[in-house]
Amino acid sequence: MESKHVHEQIAAMRQSFFNEEVLNENFSQLEQLEGKDNPNFVEEVFTMYLRDSIAFLETIEEAMKTIPIDSIKMDSILHQLKGSSDSVGANKVLKEVNKTRQVLGKGNLERTKASILELRKEYDNFKTKLEPYFQI
Amino acid sequence: MNVSSVKGSMSISSSTSTWKAGDTISDQFPAGLRVLVVDDDPTCLMILEKMLIACLYKVTKCNRAETALSKLRENKNGYDIVLSDVHMPDMDGFKLLEHIGLEMDLPVIMMSADDGKQVVMKGVTHGACDYLIKPVRIEALKNLWQHVVRKRKNEWKEFEQSGSVEEGDRQPKQSDDADYSSSANEGNWKGSKRRKDEEEETDERDDTSTLKKPRVVWSVELHQQFVAAVNQLGIDKAVPKKILELMNVPGLTRENVASHLQKYRLYLRRLSGVSQHQSNLSTIISAQDPTFGSLSSLSGLDLQTLAATGQLPAQSLARLQAAGLGRATAKSAVPITLVDQRNIFSFENPKLRFGEGQQQHMTNKQQVNLLHGIPTTMEPKQLVSLRHAAQSVGNMNMQVPPHGPQSSQNNPLLMQMGQQQQQQQSRGQILVDSTINHAPRLSSMGQPILSNGMATNVSSRSGIPENIRAPGYSQTPSMLNFPMNHASELPGNCFPLGSTPGVSNLTSKGAFQEDVNSEIKGSGGFMPSYDVFNDLNQHKPQSWELQNVGIAFDSSQHSNSLQGNLDLTQSALGQQGFSSGQMNGHNRSAAVASKAMFSTGDVKELRSAQNVNQHLNNLLVDNTIRVKSERVCDTSPANIFPDHFGQDDLMSALLKQQESVASSENEFDFDGYSMNNIPV
Repeated sequence: MESKHVHEQIAAMRQSFFNEEVLNENFSQLEQLEGKDNPNFVEEVFTMYLRDSIAFLETIEEAMKTIPIDSIKMDSILHQLKGSSDSVGANKVLKEVNKTRQVLGKGNLERTKASILELRKEYDNFKTKLEPYFQI
Repeated sequence: MNVSSVKGSMSISSSTSTWKAGDTISDQFPAGLRVLVVDDDPTCLMILEKMLIACLYKVTKCNRAETALSKLRENKNGYDIVLSDVHMPDMDGFKLLEHIGLEMDLPVIMMSADDGKQVVMKGVTHGACDYLIKPVRIEALKNLWQHVVRKRKNEWKEFEQSGSVEEGDRQPKQSDDADYSSSANEGNWKGSKRRKDEEEETDERDDTSTLKKPRVVWSVELHQQFVAAVNQLGIDKAVPKKILELMNVPGLTRENVASHLQKYRLYLRRLSGVSQHQSNLSTIISAQDPTFGSLSSLSGLDLQTLAATGQLPAQSLARLQAAGLGRATAKSAVPITLVDQRNIFSFENPKLRFGEGQQQHMTNKQQVNLLHGIPTTMEPKQLVSLRHAAQSVGNMNMQVPPHGPQSSQNNPLLMQMGQQQQQQQSRGQILVDSTINHAPRLSSMGQPILSNGMATNVSSRSGIPENIRAPGYSQTPSMLNFPMNHASELPGNCFPLGSTPGVSNLTSKGAFQEDVNSEIKGSGGFMPSYDVFNDLNQHKPQSWELQNVGIAFDSSQHSNSLQGNLDLTQSALGQQGFSSGQMNGHNRSAAVASKAMFSTGDVKELRSAQNVNQHLNNLLVDNTIRVKSERVCDTSPANIFPDHFGQDDLMSALLKQQESVASSENEFDFDGYSMNNIPV
């Protein structure tokens, strides 16, 4: 019962993630990859992702502080972030990343900043949601 | 589809192994495919690894391109296919792609979150077998094996035409790839980078083996022959049929030649086009601690290219390559030379590579400077500068503005031809630059050049000579600066050939600041420092050959006129002076030649004078010999050229070269020069 309850909870959370588009179908792919021999695969992937992406975000935020923004560098970091987010299925984060890249491309500094903030927000959001999920 | 055809062929040919009947193939074949994944993002890497394992492949992952390259080089047949990310911090994915294609000829699949048309197009032009958009789906990976099969099949087709040979090859390999290669007809052509794939495949999968069999392994010698034939015909007029006839290799088919020619042309094109690579390439090369093989392969490639370009006589090329191959030691140096060369060589990229090898020598401390056709005026100094150039990898790189992108690769090969070329050019320049800058360091320069894969260096050198010549004229003992500016001419450049072990001394006398002595030591007793200066003239290329001949150059002599240069006697014989690549037919070169005393191995100084003279002659004359000498140094187990390349050989080689050069080049009047001058 207990476990059933937990399972249900998990399922519900998961479903909500998809509904909210926090996660996309790539997440399911990851789940598929999980098997008996590596039951925590998804979790591991996410941990790694969270860890790396935090670093990315921080780098981005730092870069934003420098006066002549090194947009090339930023773009490359964003690109990486995009790749990882997409791989894990972090949908909203991905979208924000894309948006940020676009804005950055246009050279609009202010908007870039705003965009990055949003990205950060989404990311934190993502993290908060996923963590409990994995803890279960 | 490939599969079906493969199956068909397999069932027919393969008797054993996995592929036997069609069903087996499909069931087992993709499984066990050895995949190398390269991606800087650990998350993606992990996911990919998981997916690939789920597809029953054998996965190796790297998060850096250099690691990947070194893994590939260490185990040439260890992988069937490579998956690489486009955006990586240490090396551009496309560059890695080139390297792999050149060195190992493995199918490479690019991946990226970037799906822009230009990027995908870039992947295609660089030779990627496929381009996947991230996040990669497992379904896409399930079909990864198709690229492996396809590639093998294509290779095999070439063989087919050869007929008999192929039959032999066909046998399914149960044994590992090693057997396969040997069985694969053609004698044991060593898998040169291009064919590496084949070997791998055989190992892995039987089915592929059946496909692959007749793969021609373009070994160094073979490639040299090819290049020689192409040069003979003229790069524009070289048609496979004629090349085939000229090469006269049993079992080689027109198709083999045709496809190799195509690759070669692409490589040449790339070399001329890319300048940046070189620096990168060289860097990479050095960085990677090149397995010697890789370097050599690179150099070999360069050499080949050179040869192709006609600058290097096939033989020399081979030699160089051999040398390069043999030389496992130096490596870092190589990149530099490549870079330098680049500038100098407009023409041969391979030469640069040679330079690379040379550089390696530098590290080895062998100074073998082959100066080909270095204008006589090129005083030892020039050599020195060359050497220096070679030595200072850093310098070189710096100096030579990355000519071609190629320089960066080390990797043997990968990027090979193109890269090599670039590298070479850059190297050439570097060499020149450095030489100029570093006057005294000649000795160091001499050697590195020859080191492994010197061949490539040599090529690069050719470019240098031009440069060198210019300065050389004016000054005598000044460093052997290869006139980097010349760049265009290249062919004969002086390559400071990596010191052949045999060559013992490169004593830079007076003018040469290098410390010739001792450098040469080492392996095969080959000329310590060989500076092959290519004649600036483009036609020179042949004369140039890098040859390892370490010519001990008596810098002091150098100051005099050409004649003086020849005078080995004056200079300390022992040294390895730079053998100025007079071969190219520069008059000056004669002087240089004399300077570059070639003291092979044990030769002591005394000997060197005489030898040098001889060598000079030889050097000039015989490019090929030079090549050999180059290699001599070090280890080169794989070397084609025996270490014991004696001085005499070198000399004769030089002489031959000179002669040949002379005929082609007016400038070279080494003939009279070399022989007579040797004051011994």
